[in-house]
Amino acid sequence: MFDITLRVNGVLRQASVPGRRLLSDCLRHDLGLTGTHVGCEHGVCGCCTVLLDGEPVRSCLTFAVTVDGREITTVEGLAGPGGELSPVQRAFAECHGLQCGFCTPGFLCTATALLRDNPSPSEEDVLEGLSGNLCRCTGYQNIVKAVHRAAELIAEESR
Amino acid sequence: MTRLFGEPVPRREDPRLLTGQGRYLDDLGQGALAAAFVRSPHAHAGIVDIDLSAAIDVEGLVAVYTWEDLPERVGAPLPLLIPHPALTHGRTAYPLARDVVRHVGEPVVMVVARDRYVAEDVCSLIRVDYEVRKPVVGVPEAAAGAHLVHEDVPGNVGAHLVQEVPAADGRSAAQAVEDAPHRLTFRLGIERSASMPLEGRGVYARWDADDRSLRVYSSTQTSTSVRMALAARFGLPLPSVEVIAPDVGGGFGVKIVHPWPEEVLVPWAAMLLGREVKWAEDRREHFVSSAHERAQEQTVRVGFDDEGRVLGLDVTILHDHGAYTPYGIIVPIITSTQLLGPYRIGAYRVEFSSLYTNTVQVTPYRGAGRPQGVFCMERTMDRIAAHLGLDRTTVRAANFIQPGEFPYDQGLIFQDGRPLIYDSGNYPESLRLLKELIGWDDFPARRAEAAREGRRLGIGIGCYVEGTGVGPYEGGHVQVTSDGRVHVSTGLTSQGQGHETVFAQIAATELGVPLERVSVVTGDTRRFGYAVGTFASRAAVMSGNAIALACRKVREKALRIAADALEADPGDLEVADGVVRVAGSPGASIPLATVAVLANPLRYAFDEETGRATQFAAGAGMDRPPVDEGEEPGLEGRDYYSPIRSTYASGMHAAIVETDPDTAEIRILRYAVVHDCGKLINPMIVEGQIHGGVAQGVGGALYERMVYDGHGQLLNASFMDFLMPYATEIPLIETAHLETPSPLNPLGIKGAGEAGVIPVSAVIASAIEDAEGIVIDRMPISPSELFDLRRAPAPG
Ligand code: FES
Ligand code: FES
Repeated sequence: MFDITLRVNGVLRQASVPGRRLLSDCLRHDLGLTGTHVGCEHGVCGCCTVLLDGEPVRSCLTFAVTVDGREITTVEGLAGPGGELSPVQRAFAECHGLQCGFCTPGFLCTATALLRDNPSPSEEDVLEGLSGNLCRCTGYQNIVKAVHRAAELIAEESR
Repeated sequence: MTRLFGEPVPRREDPRLLTGQGRYLDDLGQGALAAAFVRSPHAHAGIVDIDLSAAIDVEGLVAVYTWEDLPERVGAPLPLLIPHPALTHGRTAYPLARDVVRHVGEPVVMVVARDRYVAEDVCSLIRVDYEVRKPVVGVPEAAAGAHLVHEDVPGNVGAHLVQEVPAADGRSAAQAVEDAPHRLTFRLGIERSASMPLEGRGVYARWDADDRSLRVYSSTQTSTSVRMALAARFGLPLPSVEVIAPDVGGGFGVKIVHPWPEEVLVPWAAMLLGREVKWAEDRREHFVSSAHERAQEQTVRVGFDDEGRVLGLDVTILHDHGAYTPYGIIVPIITSTQLLGPYRIGAYRVEFSSLYTNTVQVTPYRGAGRPQGVFCMERTMDRIAAHLGLDRTTVRAANFIQPGEFPYDQGLIFQDGRPLIYDSGNYPESLRLLKELIGWDDFPARRAEAAREGRRLGIGIGCYVEGTGVGPYEGGHVQVTSDGRVHVSTGLTSQGQGHETVFAQIAATELGVPLERVSVVTGDTRRFGYAVGTFASRAAVMSGNAIALACRKVREKALRIAADALEADPGDLEVADGVVRVAGSPGASIPLATVAVLANPLRYAFDEETGRATQFAAGAGMDRPPVDEGEEPGLEGRDYYSPIRSTYASGMHAAIVETDPDTAEIRILRYAVVHDCGKLINPMIVEGQIHGGVAQGVGGALYERMVYDGHGQLLNASFMDFLMPYATEIPLIETAHLETPSPLNPLGIKGAGEAGVIPVSAVIASAIEDAEGIVIDRMPISPSELFDLRRAPAPG
């Protein structure tokens, strides 16, 4: 067993994990943050995407021990301190970018990082940026729309 | 009046799902023991021996079970959910394999351990000795019948069904084909695909030994039916069993099947061990042990006149239903009936054989047999047009049932056991809208222009009719509490369709209360015990109408009580914004919350408001009992909706595709949908359903297939190899709605859930054929297959 310390959504968390514990399982089952979902456990669907030091990673392909001391943001940490939804979250609601919601945490984390790096993405940029996340419900059209809308919201708010 | 019905109101589910507060199956029961399964690596084999010796000492192991360990009732074959007289050889699996395994992935041993890691360690140490048998894979091998999937099922034929509607003059369909001025015969094929929700199946059970009650959470499309099945299997009193569908990460059909082996075994182990037990399916398990759909081979004989009118149609279908038939023959029945689409066919005969193979069982996947039927009919329409040199839309229009012909009886029996009678529709108008939307008439110019740049374009079309809202019934319960909140429940389940929103819209509209006051619970047998489930695009029609009817009861009661209190005539009252008023006299009003208080005569007040309903408070006349005869306390109502038959939605899709002359890559440039599901409750949600359906359709047309080798091994059982479309593969979907109300139900609605997926393979095949001038008779089609088709000699 390894004792690890992670800063998750701004809070220091400790866990004692075997070497083979996946970060997705650690977040979900050791830390109780079940917002991060697991759709394939082989790195294809993107449901398990979290931000590791700000960069999107697949937590199902990451061993928890390897991220000791790092900073992680999960879907639970995207809203503001008072619980107000982030622009990306609001845009997904406004544009009906989710149905069952299972893929949504991965899309939200991916889109959050995408818009931070590229605040006014083109259509191509958005498609490219989302091309590692599967959704079986929405047909993506409204997800793509939501990302553009989020870009607008962010721009409006920083004005 | 609060007009929420028909508005694109934002979804009430979203705030929780956007913040990670959803509760899916594997989010529950964090302290539960974990189950894992040893599954068959062979498609067909006898089980010779199961050796647990290496596994038994693993630290953290709690229990191991094989079929031998199961009590008689628990170990009995799983139910055949939908018997049918034509299903003469229905077979279902045992919860754990007994002596024989019939597909790769069939569960053989259940392991319960401290956590899933340990449970899987144990699984890998269990040795099962198999005596491998020759598997049957694919329709041709099944039909040949040289080897059998079940020893007692000759020819591998589980079911055989013929339905025939003779010509008006009594001639058989075969004769009508024979007598027609033009005749064509051809074969068509569709491959296997699957629902593939991003959340797999899962079950979590708690046995309360003090209370002797069982609570089961399952990622299911039907919690009420799982409950009844489990109570029967365990011999428990029904009131002691609760089944709850929590947030479900997509279903698309696969989760309507029940009880799954795991759904029986996990609760059973929880009862036996007195511990909470949970199993969450992993992706490989989902591929090899849940369910698939779609695979069919069809032979078509069609006879038609010079205008392209179909005089006779004779279709023979070979349907691959996999190793077992828990869901009966619903899929081929739907194919054979919904094949007729929006057309009036001179004479029709359809025959299917439903065949066993050593592969995963086949049960409905969104569309449920319709994509195959529509593929058959629409390919037929295109062939007729090509044969006669007519425009493809002209041939379709020549065959349409006309708006004045409803109700239109197709003369067949539908999947609900009731006559296939279309209730309403406007097919010519749909076609007009579609042609306009896609620019059908301008396409030749566009194609010619593209051709000048060396590009190859084609346009395709597909029409369908979808029987939705099948019975037998659903119910709704509505309760207004003394705080003015409205609690709505219905028994069917949700997997992302936004039921919490649309049912709240219906209730808010019917009752005249603000949407924020309404909350909706679905799929929880503690709240509503009578239900069928979510499938066949039925939830909005069935539960939507049941909830509307329940609300009407509540409203009527509220008006009666308010009329008493306001000394007014109930007919003069209206409800808006949660307040009952005398129309035209704004001063005279009473909030629904107060009506709810008055509806429940009290002895004991618990706050100031409820003091108004106690026995010494003024009000009630002394000449009547506090609860009048025929009344019940409380402001609540329950009602059911049970339709005489299904309501028939319809739609038409068109696409423009581009095929690369060198690489044979296929790109969808435009995709247009005209959709008629009667009155829309929430256009935003309906549109979302269509987008999602079309995307699955595109997957089925161009990318997704289950690849079995000759040994019955599924070669692509992962998301790495089973290619579901990403955002980059799905075209922009342009939609237009037509609203032809259903005369069958109070809200005038029809189902919308499956529509998007139904015609897509037909549409894309039509467009590729148009671009290439090569007959497309099998789907899905990949670039390499198109490449090969180009080089194949034209069939003589
Ligand atoms: S669960 Fe990690 S990518 Fe699918
Ligand atoms: S919303 Fe269900 S998988 Fe994306």
